Amino acid sequence: MSQAAIYVMAAAAVIGAGVYGLLVAGHLLRKLLAINLLGSGVFLLLVALAGRSGGAPDPVPQALVITGIVVAVSMTAFALALLDRLFRETGQARMDVADDDD
Amino acid sequence: MTTEASLVGLVFLPLLAACLLWAVGQRAPWLRQGLVWLSLLAPLALLLAPTLALTTQPVVEVVLAGHAPPLGIGLRLDALSLLMLWLVAVVGAGAGAYASFVEPPGSDAGTRFWPPWLLLMTGLNALFLSADLFNLYVAIELVTLAAVALVAWSGKGAALRAAMRYLLLAMLASLAYLLAVALLYAEHGTLDLYLLARGVAAGSDTTRIALALLIVSLLLKAAIFPLHIWLPPAHARAPGAVSAVLSALVVKGGVYLVYRIWFWTLDGAQPALVANLLGALGACAIVYGSIAALLQSRLKPLVAYSTVAQLGYLMLVFPMTATVASGALAWKGVIYQLLSHGLAKAALFLAAASLLRGVGSDRLVDLAGASRRFPLSVFAVGLSGISLMGLPPSGGFLAKWLLLEAAWIQRGWVWMAVLLLGSLLASVYVFRALSAMMATPGDDAKAPVDAALPRPVPWQMDVAAVTLALLAVIAGFASAPIFELLNAAAPFPRVESATPISERALP
Repeated sequence: MSQAAIYVMAAAAVIGAGVYGLLVAGHLLRKLLAINLLGSGVFLLLVALAGRSGGAPDPVPQALVITGIVVAVSMTAFALALLDRLFRETGQARMDVADDDD
Repeated sequence: MTTEASLVGLVFLPLLAACLLWAVGQRAPWLRQGLVWLSLLAPLALLLAPTLALTTQPVVEVVLAGHAPPLGIGLRLDALSLLMLWLVAVVGAGAGAYASFVEPPGSDAGTRFWPPWLLLMTGLNALFLSADLFNLYVAIELVTLAAVALVAWSGKGAALRAAMRYLLLAMLASLAYLLAVALLYAEHGTLDLYLLARGVAAGSDTTRIALALLIVSLLLKAAIFPLHIWLPPAHARAPGAVSAVLSALVVKGGVYLVYRIWFWTLDGAQPALVANLLGALGACAIVYGSIAALLQSRLKPLVAYSTVAQLGYLMLVFPMTATVASGALAWKGVIYQLLSHGLAKAALFLAAASLLRGVGSDRLVDLAGASRRFPLSVFAVGLSGISLMGLPPSGGFLAKWLLLEAAWIQRGWVWMAVLLLGSLLASVYVFRALSAMMATPGDDAKAPVDAALPRPVPWQMDVAAVTLALLAVIAGFASAPIFELLNAAAPFPRVESATPISERALP
């Protein structure tokens, strides 16, 4: 098996685990972790694609990964703040609760 | 001022203003007022030079700081982008003016409200000016992050939960988009929407999977049935001015990108099966959204479900472009629908928010008698309803008429039936809302809980709503300049003239 195939299969496994976690987890913190896992899988794939046999790696996927990581970190930080506020307002950290009709 | 500087200004002015507002914090209320009003009104002026420039040339391209894409940032303006930018500028100014009375920029709360608002405008302008998938990714993320922050603005449990659902699904969509971009880049070695077109026509399975992933992720951001589940709570729980911008502009960003990919990148290689599938999703959205709107007992969720339905019309263009004759009509029809729905829905959300503020509730039963106490707000509801129903002479009428004509030419009886049913259902839900407002309050109506209710609504807020609704109606008979632009922007016949910003320039 080639080196590229190993990376791609590892990325597919991590992405799959992320999607599974996102669908199955009830607690919002778990959902967030699952999304981050999914993101890591995508980044792994991008970095693997940047590799070129022999030569220097292609800079474009690497730029995409850097940007993607910045976006993922800010999204996660924001989601955590939102989660914290949601928990303090409602005492719940899950999505599957009926909204009170204010 | 040159065209290039104006385009750069459209993206960077709101960005700089947002950062400055953050830095100024609680100090200098006059500076904050000035910054907010400048960034609300400046886009209208900044768009004049690009509009003039497009009368002589089909495309304006700017490469920032001399760094060519894909690593640098390139802006690309054509007629479709210009129409979208005008929609952002007009709805942004109208809804922004409205919001400035709810959250005055000089107030303490205003210091937190306006930075995300301006970041949202930055993201939207960047989205409509970007031509490569990398810049588009950044623009989409900026729009999402700002939109979610604004949905959560009230800080109440239900709004926070709606924001959370929106954020989780948007993050999933973003990663799917990034995955698709990675696959496309690996296959074709470019991120430019127009350069990709060369490789995609003879695409491999990987390309097809990547494009499918790309389109599905954008449909999720655009809340197209059945990926709409996040929209009604988010748009109904957000503050009024925010709902207006979300329904009028943010979801349209996703639709716009699907159009770009479908008609430009996939030019000439669109699979008929997928076109029919997208059309069927649109038809389901129209029927489902309209019926769901009918069943709502509150005004804002009713308006939010109406957005789900009206977005469905935008999907009908895909099956209708099978023949050239129907395609040109359907293309004009959906762009007209996009613009007039943007104006009308923004007006409707603003009016609904005024009523909610004035009456203290947006339950349809509580709105009885609103037509006498809040005549201007109800007038705005009626005016925007005209466009949503598709009554002449509004912009919505023209849009739906063009789509009907396209369906007729193509002998698409199913699409015709859906179009007519959609208008019928829209008139039922609009009349249901209006008749609730015109009803005389019964004697047994319970006294308002809050002695301050009904509370007067500043007239400027109603003027903002009425102006946007009037523009949606005027769009129906002031169509000539827009059609001229649309003819220039039509992806039919094939857009051979679309020159890419740069060939792939790698160090």
